[in-house]
Amino acid sequence: GIPIRTTLDNSTSVQYAGLLHQLTMKARSTVRDIDPQNDLTFLRIRSKKHEIMVAPDKDYLLIVIQNPCE
Amino acid sequence: MEIMYVYTRKRSEFGRPCSFSDRPAKVSVDIPPDPGMASGFVLRNPVDSAVQHTSDMSEHEVNTERVEVESRGVNHVEGGWPKDINPQEVEQTIRFRKKVEKDENYVNTIMHLGALMEHCVKQNNAINIYEEYFEEEEMAELEDEPPSAKTINVISKLTSFFDVLLSKRDPNVTKRTATHLSWHPDTCKKLAVAYSSLEFQQNTKDMSFDSYIWDLENPNKPELVLKPSSPLVCLEYNPKDSHVLVGGCYNGQLAYWDTRKGGLPVELSTVEVSHRDPVYGAVWLQSKTGTECFSASTDGQVLWWDIRKLSEPTETLVLDITRKGLRENALGAVTLEFEPTMPTKFMVGTEQGIVIACNRKAKTPSEKITSTYSGHHGPVYALSRNPFYPKVFLTVGDWTARIWSEETKESSIMWTKYHLSYLTDGCWSTVRPAVFFTTRSDGTLDVWDFLFKQKDPSLSLKVCDEPLASLRLQDNGCVVGCGSKLGTITLLEISSGLCTLQRNEKTLATAMFERETKREKILEARHREMRLKERARSEGQGTEEEERPMESPQEVLDRARRDFFEVIEAELQRRAQAETHRPPSASQLKNHAGEEAAAKGEESQLPRDEEEEEEDA
Repeated sequence: GIPIRTTLDNSTSVQYAGLLHQLTMKARSTVRDIDPQNDLTFLRIRSKKHEIMVAPDKDYLLIVIQNPCE
Repeated sequence: MEIMYVYTRKRSEFGRPCSFSDRPAKVSVDIPPDPGMASGFVLRNPVDSAVQHTSDMSEHEVNTERVEVESRGVNHVEGGWPKDINPQEVEQTIRFRKKVEKDENYVNTIMHLGALMEHCVKQNNAINIYEEYFEEEEMAELEDEPPSAKTINVISKLTSFFDVLLSKRDPNVTKRTATHLSWHPDTCKKLAVAYSSLEFQQNTKDMSFDSYIWDLENPNKPELVLKPSSPLVCLEYNPKDSHVLVGGCYNGQLAYWDTRKGGLPVELSTVEVSHRDPVYGAVWLQSKTGTECFSASTDGQVLWWDIRKLSEPTETLVLDITRKGLRENALGAVTLEFEPTMPTKFMVGTEQGIVIACNRKAKTPSEKITSTYSGHHGPVYALSRNPFYPKVFLTVGDWTARIWSEETKESSIMWTKYHLSYLTDGCWSTVRPAVFFTTRSDGTLDVWDFLFKQKDPSLSLKVCDEPLASLRLQDNGCVVGCGSKLGTITLLEISSGLCTLQRNEKTLATAMFERETKREKILEARHREMRLKERARSEGQGTEEEERPMESPQEVLDRARRDFFEVIEAELQRRAQAETHRPPSASQLKNHAGEEAAAKGEESQLPRDEEEEEEDA
């Protein structure tokens, strides 16, 4: 995917956009494989350093990267 | 016998409408059972009859062809842009972005997603949902599971048939022993292995000299091939600089490599000043420059080197325990040990079974050797200090492993029983103070936990059929790599019970070591007293003592032979008795769980024990 609006630098945005787009596609197809009536509403990936939150839609993705409050 | 029912109808009545009517059941044929035929059958009771309502399935095994995988990198370019827009052109991309932003669909989507996201972000800000809430409870777990280990990887140098057919170089057909293993100091994902054939003069012409550095992710192909001028007997990573390795060669030279520069050694020590026998031990020293190491070999010398200048050693030491510094009396060294916390002292294990502790900073060469510990009947193949208690060290040689304390020089403070096969290598666990590992020449890896059981290893694993030659534990204490005589390296992961520190373990281990050391000291003191008394007595009776050494060598030989066979026979008889002794006591226990049975068992045991004692005496 291509970043439309971003607060990070270009290269990071491109990386995040591409990778998370694929991951969201995969996650959505997984959810739908298990139950065809179901759909992915929100994806949260918590890592050691950040938490990445992805809100998917038909055409667009909203990605927020947050530092955990520890 | 045919059962027939005949139905007749006149032809003129064909086609008439049928009028059906109900009538009760009527027996048409009744065939009574014939008892005379019963003799042809055998009664079967019970009868197994399976009833199942599933579909029949069959199982097949398929072995796929082996696939060689190779890691490659892929270069991404920015994609996803529509066809008419060139991603390199900044103007075009900006224009496209502005266009999308004005799209109504986009605006709606963003509002909707934004609300959703805001909710989650607020959640995150409010409370940390992944916090450890029940930390205290975890400490109460006891390790009940039996110790075990599982193989995680087997690195075998034998390449697949593919390579034999297609490659142009000589494949390594002759198997060489993996004589030394060294883990990469930081990542522990890489393993440097030295391969050489330690059999005397068994080197065939096509045996290659290479040693490999393996990456654990790829057990099929080595990451780097080290090409020395003669096979490497030992190989060590520099703990300070993980790109540098030093290796001791079979011909006595020392070489050092930099992995960034490739497989050929950066420098090789000159032949005239190097060792004259294979270098069995090479260890890095703790120094400010991080470039000092020392090596030991069976020619009786310990040499110190600075790898920046391998043309001559910085210092030498001849391992002569009579402290005269004579080469002729020197003992051949087989292992070296150095503890970074005690930089001036080091220990050498020799071929003759003696461990020599040396002080590097002594002024005269004769004072360099501080003390000797003898106790093994054969070469000391491994020597290592306990990482928690530097005064206690482990030696592995002949058929036993012994634990020594630096203070008691007469004998070891603890030892394992005599095994049936040679012990080839051993090392302490880096996480638990009372656990150590040994390898045997029948291919078994033993894990000993001395706090738990001292007679037998806690875990004994048969790794392979050929003898195991070397052993090395990874720094985290969970993974151990062992190399075998045919060059196969097996990596095993030890169960967590054996590699996590238990609650009171440190205090218990300290107590155990101190207790054993004290016991040995007491025994030593008593021996010394007895010897003094003997000497005093013998000085009084001078002439009688002289007669004993006059026994001729032949008589000594006969006496030794007689004693030897007596001991063997006694042992065999004891074993035979132990075997016949086991079934009767087992059956007794089965009958009753009563004290009578136990008492009976004891009584029958007592006369047997007395018999054994008589025979042993």
